[in-house]
Amino acid sequence: MSEQPLIYARGLVKRFGEFTAVDGIDLEVAPGEAFGFLGPNGAGKSSTMRMISCVSLPTAGELRILGMDPSRDGTTIRGRLGVCPQLDNLDPDLSVRENLTTYARYFGIPRAVARRRAEELLDFVQLADRAGSKVEPLSGGMKRRLTIARAMVNDPDIVLLDEPTTGLDPQARHLLWERLFQLKRRGTTLVLTTHYMDEAEQLCDRLVVMDGGRIVAQGSPRSLIETYSTPEVVELRFGDERPADVLGKLDGVGERVDPLPDRLLVYAADGDAATAEVHRRGLTPSSVLVRRSTLEDVFLHLTGRTLVD
Amino acid sequence: MAPLTTQVTARSTLAVLERNLTLYRRLWRASVFSSFVLPVLFLVGIGLGVGSHVGAIAGVDYVSWIVPGVLASTAFQLAVGESTYFVLSDFRWVRAYHAMRATPVQPADMVCGWLLYVLFRAEIAVVVFLAVTALFGALRSPWALVTPLVCGLVTLAAAAPTMAFSASIDHDSYFALLFRFVLIPSTLFTGVFFPVEQLPVVVRPLAYLSPLWHGVELERAATLGTTPPWPVAAHLGYLLVFTGAGVAWAVHAFRKRLQD
Ligand SMILES: Nc1ncnc2c1ncn2[C@@H]1O[C@H](COP(=O)(O)OP(=O)(O)OP(=O)(O)O)[C@@H](O)[C@H]1O
Ligand SMILES: [Mg+2]
Repeated sequence: MSEQPLIYARGLVKRFGEFTAVDGIDLEVAPGEAFGFLGPNGAGKSSTMRMISCVSLPTAGELRILGMDPSRDGTTIRGRLGVCPQLDNLDPDLSVRENLTTYARYFGIPRAVARRRAEELLDFVQLADRAGSKVEPLSGGMKRRLTIARAMVNDPDIVLLDEPTTGLDPQARHLLWERLFQLKRRGTTLVLTTHYMDEAEQLCDRLVVMDGGRIVAQGSPRSLIETYSTPEVVELRFGDERPADVLGKLDGVGERVDPLPDRLLVYAADGDAATAEVHRRGLTPSSVLVRRSTLEDVFLHLTGRTLVD
Repeated sequence: MAPLTTQVTARSTLAVLERNLTLYRRLWRASVFSSFVLPVLFLVGIGLGVGSHVGAIAGVDYVSWIVPGVLASTAFQLAVGESTYFVLSDFRWVRAYHAMRATPVQPADMVCGWLLYVLFRAEIAVVVFLAVTALFGALRSPWALVTPLVCGLVTLAAAAPTMAFSASIDHDSYFALLFRFVLIPSTLFTGVFFPVEQLPVVVRPLAYLSPLWHGVELERAATLGTTPPWPVAAHLGYLLVFTGAGVAWAVHAFRKRLQD
């Protein structure tokens, strides 16, 4: 049983009219895995998530969720998924608690169980003190937490989170990460999309990088970094000089140099050695930062673009 | 399209109804009050005021004659009113239907759950109104007891296609069209305030098309103890068919809006 993937896709395609949003992707997500979709705006992450959630049917390709076919068993599958969509769709005129209890009823959960579940989940996302208040005046982060709590009301086999922490302040993000980490430890299968590299690195066992509707790379965060980047990166800034103008003088420093509009990235096994070489060539950068390679660098390398502008 | 019955489950429909009732709990006081006040104003203003100039229609005093019409049109107006802005809003701004879409609830459950809610609202208004009119002595036959049932049918017949309309538009300015070209003419020209026989022959069939006319005639026959212009089965049959078609249209519109 544990060998059978919970999510299985082959050649999955989603077209909107002439436009192809998802262009033939293959996926497999195993039970208990935390799986991530990483990619810039318009990459097709949400379109893919919506097909997995069984709210949007694939245009072509094969898709199996929990071993079932969404076009035939959509209702049954949806009963076993927990979905946190990219845009919150809470009932603003219901209270925080009522949002959970009414949603639980959609899954046929008895009233008493729904109430108990709501209390547990409100504790879990630290909203218990707001249980009776309306949703409307809650902050963005609180609403997001409530949407995530709502996604867990039916004790789902898979929790699907589309950009769970976008727009949250750092503190709220860390709280959410901590909660999602707890879920993961309990063995819940998590599928999430994100623009944040640190989020993907923290939470995902495995991820795919999407761009233009295709998967451009996949693997664990570490293996992606090992494959597509170097252990360290040196960020160089040169006051008034344009990075592109300095580029020629950095030939052969590190393994690769990428000019960005405001800085240069030098990919190197040893950042300090690369920095020494930069100084030896008589260059005087206004700032030097040596750091470990991240998924951001992988993404930049794969797509030639930064993830968050 | 798969047959409707395979797409509705009692469990999911009731869950949707429950959500609507939970929302209603916050505003029921105001709404019960207005559903009571409006028809009373109608009766006093038009029934007694205008009635004193009109005299009798078909041998019945004017108040007794319009009571069944106002009764049916109360249900009709409430059905249309409750199925416009709220439905559009639950698609467009609240996105409640999108939230339901991610659960086992199906479009047909969403439609039926809302229809049951509107029915509940209409029955309250109708029963309150009936109690008030009984005090006016305007109910002349024990058949008046069946009027809430007929009103229920009028409610469903009016609410279902209105929901379909609301699920098909993107902006609330379209509601002005609905109110001007459907709601108001329906209220004025379907036998509520004067017999449709007074309409020019060419436009009379338009009144026959409106479910409200059939409701009004059935209600009038019931409260006055007379026979309606068409056989009772024909009036009821028309209302049932209209409702069935409306529900099918609404389910189709909901499904279309939620799919992509
Ligand atoms: N319902 C739709 N109709 C038409 N085009 C759509 C629809 N949904 C998505 N698209 C298009 O498909 C492409 C992929 O969109 P999608 O929402 O999947 O991207 P995403 O990776 O989630 O982006 P973001 O990071 O901005 O959320 C976009 O170009 C978008 O405009
Ligand atoms: Mg998205």
